[in-house]
Amino acid sequence: MFDLNTLWFILIAVLWIGFFFLEGFDFGVGMLLPFLGKKDEERRAVINAIGPHWDGNEVWLLTAGGATFAAFPNWYATLFSGFYLALFLLLIGLIVRGVAFEFRSKNFEPKWRRFWDGAIFVGSFLPALLLGVAFANLARGVPIDGNMMFTGNLLTLLNPYGLLGGLTSVAVFLLHGAIFLELKLGGGLRERAEAFAKILWVPALVLVVLLAVASFFFTGIASRLEALAYVLPAAALVVLLLAGFFLTRKRIGWAFGMTGLTIVLTLVTFFALLFPRVMISSTDLAFSLDIWNASSSPYTLKLMTIVAAIFVPLILAYQGYTYWVFRKRVSGEKKDLVY
Amino acid sequence: MDPVILSRLQFAATTIYHFFFVPLTLGLVWVVAGLHTMYHRTGDEKWKRMTKFWGKLFLINFAMGVVTGIVQEFQFGMNWSEYSRYVGDIFGAPLAIEALSAFFLESTFLGIWIFGWDRIPKKLHLASIWLAAIGSNLSALWILIANSFMQHPVGYDPASLEAGRLVLSNFAELIFNRKAWLAFPHTILAGLTTAAFFMFGISAWHLARKQHVEIFKKSFQIAAVLGLVAVCLTGLIGHEQGVEVMETQPMKMAAIEALWQNDLDEPGSPFSVLTIFDGSGKGEVWSLRIPRLLSLISCFDLNCEVLGVEQVQAQYAELYGPGDYIPLMSFVYWGFRIMFYSALLMIGLGGLAILAMLRKRVEKMKLMKWFPLAIFLPYLANTGGWIVTEMGRQPWIVQGLLKTQDAMSPNLSSGMILFTLIGFIAIYAALMVADVYLLVRFAKAGPDATDRGVVGEPVLVEK
Repeated sequence: MFDLNTLWFILIAVLWIGFFFLEGFDFGVGMLLPFLGKKDEERRAVINAIGPHWDGNEVWLLTAGGATFAAFPNWYATLFSGFYLALFLLLIGLIVRGVAFEFRSKNFEPKWRRFWDGAIFVGSFLPALLLGVAFANLARGVPIDGNMMFTGNLLTLLNPYGLLGGLTSVAVFLLHGAIFLELKLGGGLRERAEAFAKILWVPALVLVVLLAVASFFFTGIASRLEALAYVLPAAALVVLLLAGFFLTRKRIGWAFGMTGLTIVLTLVTFFALLFPRVMISSTDLAFSLDIWNASSSPYTLKLMTIVAAIFVPLILAYQGYTYWVFRKRVSGEKKDLVY
Repeated sequence: MDPVILSRLQFAATTIYHFFFVPLTLGLVWVVAGLHTMYHRTGDEKWKRMTKFWGKLFLINFAMGVVTGIVQEFQFGMNWSEYSRYVGDIFGAPLAIEALSAFFLESTFLGIWIFGWDRIPKKLHLASIWLAAIGSNLSALWILIANSFMQHPVGYDPASLEAGRLVLSNFAELIFNRKAWLAFPHTILAGLTTAAFFMFGISAWHLARKQHVEIFKKSFQIAAVLGLVAVCLTGLIGHEQGVEVMETQPMKMAAIEALWQNDLDEPGSPFSVLTIFDGSGKGEVWSLRIPRLLSLISCFDLNCEVLGVEQVQAQYAELYGPGDYIPLMSFVYWGFRIMFYSALLMIGLGGLAILAMLRKRVEKMKLMKWFPLAIFLPYLANTGGWIVTEMGRQPWIVQGLLKTQDAMSPNLSSGMILFTLIGFIAIYAALMVADVYLLVRFAKAGPDATDRGVVGEPVLVEK
């Protein structure tokens, strides 16, 4: 049975997947910034690798939020009010990060630049961690009462499985970002990015394995997904292994595709586990929100489907185009770094 | 403390702060696009330097608008979950459409514009700033459509009132809400006014010091003409909005005018020149009024009757049941006056500057050194305007349908909200310091610094 509710669940999943794929590497780049760029020009080069893109990437998050509000108001209301403090911290991270990209090079003072580089690091780390924690908790289930109200607090989210989810997203984004930089940078920076990527591959792999195993204990994955419960995580692991293989063979474009695919498959697993529920209640499964009791009216869903059918292809086309326009490596030479 | 009050304070603080940056973005982007077009057409370096100079200030401001905008989209769900459930079927749509049709356009093409100098074909580079301009202004339209639903709910299915959750029944009615199509041009023109007086003040600062005269005289002239035209048109539409508010939100209009009780035995309604409120913000200590002037302003008729607060209160009590339907009048009244008087000052300043231009005496103007203060005026007006719009609607969050006190997330404690309120204020205050510091340094350094993209760098080789 395929209805508009299902379509919107898939569309929101696609928006999140797009967001994690794209912002995944620029969170990774942000976290790597202080370690990879030793000199000021190098740090500028690292930032310029994502410079034209990060803001557009972040819009995927805004769109996921907006689409959730429009298609599943109860999901939006329960999730955003429930994860209140976590989202506050996420917002603070995104705020200082976005401002830091714009502000850091505008003043010559080394102290000023160090400060904003630190802000880029924190502002990339915090959202990466918190989003991982949030998604793991959604998979695990959170306390929700019969009125669709979240009854936990911030500490409810900071359970071992949630934290494992957070660490995994941090590790995978770091790897994804390092490989992206290897693709985009030139000279010594590129070699450094390569060395980082090879090291970062190890914790990413370990954490993805751990998360996959833990999911069998902390979520209902085995009973809900049956065979897929093994196929999907296994596929995510295989592509991550392939990423490592391509890294050693210096097929960097392929390696980047593979870490991207790891992110995609992990999230596909997550959304498959969730479906057709959108928020699982750990208080009583009957209190869970699903794509029907959380959704908008058929009229609004139909309307939004038309809107999405018009705009999503357009967005994909012109956003893809920006990556093509700025496909050249960032040289790291000073004359190219001024903007 | 009451969590609803804290949530309202947080919404007010984050939204007013966000709207410090939005109008300048909305207006300045057109100016930068225009300057860039002039450069593209003439190839004259003067236009390029102007594009880069105003473009740099635009970008510093833009970044702040973007990051504070993320909070806006999140906080309906975070603090106002019951509101989100109640209106999500209707209110979520314009928000999602805003992201799909406007945010992507704006952010993607602005990215191309920033990094595109000398790297991409010139026509594409020029097109990117125009697309960014369209994107940012389009986002204003969608968010105003959403806000207009809160002021004057239309397009919903009346049967859904009973179900405790509003359902959209007519999308066309929602987007063609008359409120939105008055608020949109008002906001866009206010944005152009803000951009113009921003340029006006900074140009005047340089002209008063007789530096970079070529660039800043041109900027000053553009700013004065644009500023005067935009502020007058903003006012004209504002007048239309006033007439509309009398029909759909009579309580707001009565609060704006601090009109308690309109004596129906006397023809016409008086205009308050000055009202001093008591501590409650809803009572009068002293006032100075001109009889019948309000009638003249509102309906060009000395005898027309504008309802007073107490009269509307009586109507509402009958319609919606017993309760206090009077907003905090002191804020609404003064918000309006700050907006109105700032606009008058701007009209005066724009007029003075244009007179000096016509007499070719711009560089000799003695007032020039005071003109930088004009930068504050549009900010006062913008903030005052939104205070009127939002506080004048209280106690409703959706006029006539849902009260603010019933809209909050029930799971939030006062402590949690106080924590985030203080957190937002602290971060926002720190960012404001950094933002103003950069804007002031770049503005003062003039076009030479923006050519290099940085301030404070020791100049080694000047190209």
